[in-house]
Amino acid sequence: MRRVVITGMGIYSVLGKNLADVKDSLYHGRSGIILDHKRKELGFRSALTGMVERPVLKGVLDRRMRVGMPVQGEYAYMATLEALKNAGIDQDFLNRNEVGILYGNDSSALPVVESVDILRKEKDTMLIGSGYIFQSMNSTVSMNLSVIFRLRGINFTVSGACASGSHAIGIGYLLIKDGLQDMIICGGAQEINPESTASFDALNAFSLRESEPAKASRPFDRDRDGLVPSGGAASIIIESYESAKKRGANILAEVVGYGFSSNGEHISLPNIDGPARAMQQSLKAAGMSSSEIDYINAHATSTPAGDGNEAQAIFQVFGKDMPLVSSTKSMTGHEMWMGGASEIIYSTLMMNNNFIAPNINFENPDPATACLNLATVTTPHEIKAFLSNSFGFGGTNSSLVVRKTSF
Amino acid sequence: MQNDEIINKINQLLVDEIEIDADKISPAADLKKDLEIDSLDFVDLFVIIERNFGVKMKAEEMTEIKSLQDFYDYIIKRVSSN
Repeated sequence: MRRVVITGMGIYSVLGKNLADVKDSLYHGRSGIILDHKRKELGFRSALTGMVERPVLKGVLDRRMRVGMPVQGEYAYMATLEALKNAGIDQDFLNRNEVGILYGNDSSALPVVESVDILRKEKDTMLIGSGYIFQSMNSTVSMNLSVIFRLRGINFTVSGACASGSHAIGIGYLLIKDGLQDMIICGGAQEINPESTASFDALNAFSLRESEPAKASRPFDRDRDGLVPSGGAASIIIESYESAKKRGANILAEVVGYGFSSNGEHISLPNIDGPARAMQQSLKAAGMSSSEIDYINAHATSTPAGDGNEAQAIFQVFGKDMPLVSSTKSMTGHEMWMGGASEIIYSTLMMNNNFIAPNINFENPDPATACLNLATVTTPHEIKAFLSNSFGFGGTNSSLVVRKTSF
Repeated sequence: MQNDEIINKINQLLVDEIEIDADKISPAADLKKDLEIDSLDFVDLFVIIERNFGVKMKAEEMTEIKSLQDFYDYIIKRVSSN
């Protein structure tokens, strides 16, 4: 069994388009939520969304590499560029070594809508062009990045709803631990557009606090009224300790536990048992007790039921040993397929800079969340190990334990 | 549309839309070997030609088109027969 370390991170987020800007936003409790009036015109109940501008890749990538990439692929490309640079890995290394990619993604709605709109208008598929098929598939991100970076290892997309990014890292961790790969680019990507969120808005799941966009996402707060959709991409480089040592890599952190479970109940309402089991399993895999966790990055999306149940699950597992908890979704909104990966980056930035980012917009607890030990302001704190939760529709749960390295 | 207008337009589309290096554009250039236009690029060319010339290229007619001159001749023939 090999040890698995994080040697590079890259982020393209509503909090910033690089690690330094994101760290700054986390420290200052800045929100990335805005009002997108176009959604109101389209008929959305909630026009709230996280927003990050699309990168300009003309001149950076040739046309063939760009034409099959949807917007979340572009975000993922930017995040992966930063992660590889952060890890000190160049194209020559990727050419000489078998490096894999496991990326979280669970939709690519906009390209499907656009290509079918062309078909309906023109009644001729010969007017759709060559790019849409590659843009439209769930595996679009891993597909495109493996070609752009000429990767030759494991290559697929992990789809597990809002736990996609976390599960991608978890599976990558297991493969490296077991000696099946030396290095894997793991991450999560999420398109930002009305096409992918309209049917989610249809569930009445989004916050309606449009008068104060930056205050709408309020995990665990008594007056939370729904999530705010968001997106972007986050990439981390994980590798075996031996591989990192061999190339003299700077080790940022160590992944020590991956716990997973399924609720086996409702398709959209979470329960307490499933998340609790995932957390317990991740601690057991890490060989750690709950008292050794210094920070929990909660999944909490600012939904009435979800946050309450997660609070209860955390209390069930940690009880009197409960460390400080915050949900960075208070600032980012719900990054969905990206969230599990981005939250590992946010938490690692906190760990390596000795602070806990605030769960902003928390003003009052409710009976279900009162048990939590919440960091409601930026808190200077030494984190030796953290646990990060991601839960998704269908009751899919993922918990990761990451610690400061002891090398 | 005059023949030289068609040729100039084709060249402009190849450079602007398919992003072929303008230095490589010459009538004798081989589409695949010199201009590196692959099968996926041809799919996009179908769309670009239809939108700019109102001509629906036919896949079965592409097999004989090797050089850029062959391509100019094909489009000129199709435009004039429209």
